[in-house]
Amino acid sequence: MGTRSIVPFGPQHPVLPEPIHLDLVLEDELVVEAIPSIGFIHRGLEKLVEKKDFVEYVYVAERVCGICSFMHGMGYCEAVEHTMGIEVPDRAKYLRTIWSEMSRIHSHMMWLGLLADAFGFESLFMESWRMREKILDMFEYSTGGRVIFSVNKIGGQRKDMDNSMISDFVGILDGMEKELKSLSYTFLTDYSVKSRLEGVGMLSKQQAHDLGAVGPFMRASGISLDTRMTGYAAYPHLEFEPITSSAGDSFARVDVRIKEIYQSIDLIKQAAAKIPAGDVFTPYKGNPTGEYLMRVEQPRGEAVYYVKANGTKNLDRFRLRTPTFANLPGLVEVLKGCQLADVPILILTIDPCISCTER
Amino acid sequence: MTDNQITGIPAADLLGSCIKLKKDEYRIVQICAVRTQDGYELTYSFAKEYDMVNLRVQILVDEEIASISDIFSPAFLYENEIRDLFGAKIQMINFDYRGNLYRIDTETPFKQKG
Repeated sequence: MGTRSIVPFGPQHPVLPEPIHLDLVLEDELVVEAIPSIGFIHRGLEKLVEKKDFVEYVYVAERVCGICSFMHGMGYCEAVEHTMGIEVPDRAKYLRTIWSEMSRIHSHMMWLGLLADAFGFESLFMESWRMREKILDMFEYSTGGRVIFSVNKIGGQRKDMDNSMISDFVGILDGMEKELKSLSYTFLTDYSVKSRLEGVGMLSKQQAHDLGAVGPFMRASGISLDTRMTGYAAYPHLEFEPITSSAGDSFARVDVRIKEIYQSIDLIKQAAAKIPAGDVFTPYKGNPTGEYLMRVEQPRGEAVYYVKANGTKNLDRFRLRTPTFANLPGLVEVLKGCQLADVPILILTIDPCISCTER
Repeated sequence: MTDNQITGIPAADLLGSCIKLKKDEYRIVQICAVRTQDGYELTYSFAKEYDMVNLRVQILVDEEIASISDIFSPAFLYENEIRDLFGAKIQMINFDYRGNLYRIDTETPFKQKG
């Protein structure tokens, strides 16, 4: 046995995008144990539900995170809509699907760039983020905002997209798909990328299940689950299957996310072809009553939105279980047995969002 | 979908129910606490494929409840969170942060309503 030492890692570190702290127990350069510690940016957003009424709270839910902002707003709205028995118009469901999949593409492109940056492939980082800008431009064009764009409301959407805009987006995505082929070729075949990712941070199918992992992190270990299959928004009308890999290493997590970008482009095209005409908002009266658990597949994995209402304008409780929170036990597991130099990459492979996690 | 079926159980039955779910190959999804008039309502969610099962336990403010982290190991994060934010007395958590999961100035900020 080598000399044991404890290395504090984070919350500030050149390759950590978010403030998480780990106490790494090392034997020489080998990590034998990792103890996670969070809580640097806890904002108590769930508690605000007692001060803001259920309509205003949509804006708070959207501010849980800057990457998954749209889906947080949507998940909250869908949970409240279920307690009130509101049937959202079909066009609004399709719009939610389109904006959700655009969010997934932008999140995965951002993650690919961060990962490339972490293993020192700067041009790959810049190329990933250059392509991501196109999605942000599409957000700006369709909503007026690039990061937080507040298009969700209880009962439907605040904004519509006209059909010519949707056609334009399909054209942009066609071009992006071609560019993505060259980007993904580098990610999936380059020797230097493979040498940093293949066989690193293994998580077996059984471990992923037992540790409650979610999202691409789980699917890269061979579990074929995707919450979109439960049938919210317009997903029941679209053809798709969960994307999986059986390898369970860091390279498999890249592979799954790249394929999910292609899948998202395909889902947007399907939705664009099927989106019906009509209203995007259902008027409603009264306040929510009862409780509901809503599950949404975010870019990082399954998020669970719980609302409990009491018939007044303020909810009793809003609770959000984020994908990163669910993936922390899996992260601790993959860190065991890795080299110290691989720690930043392994943290990135769960695509951590600590803002979401701490709320 | 059975996502929103919530089964109320006595606190004494929690561990037994969890062992049964574990044997049936469910995974833990979340634990959620809600402050009630005289205590806490804890909702434990488990999933197998797309099927979700929710167990609900009511406890008084000073009532102790056993951790399920020996059965479902990821539960330690949820239980530490509930103890930090609500002050619920969860005993024997397998990885106990002793109130330091979140670095917050206010002790148990979600314990009081409003």
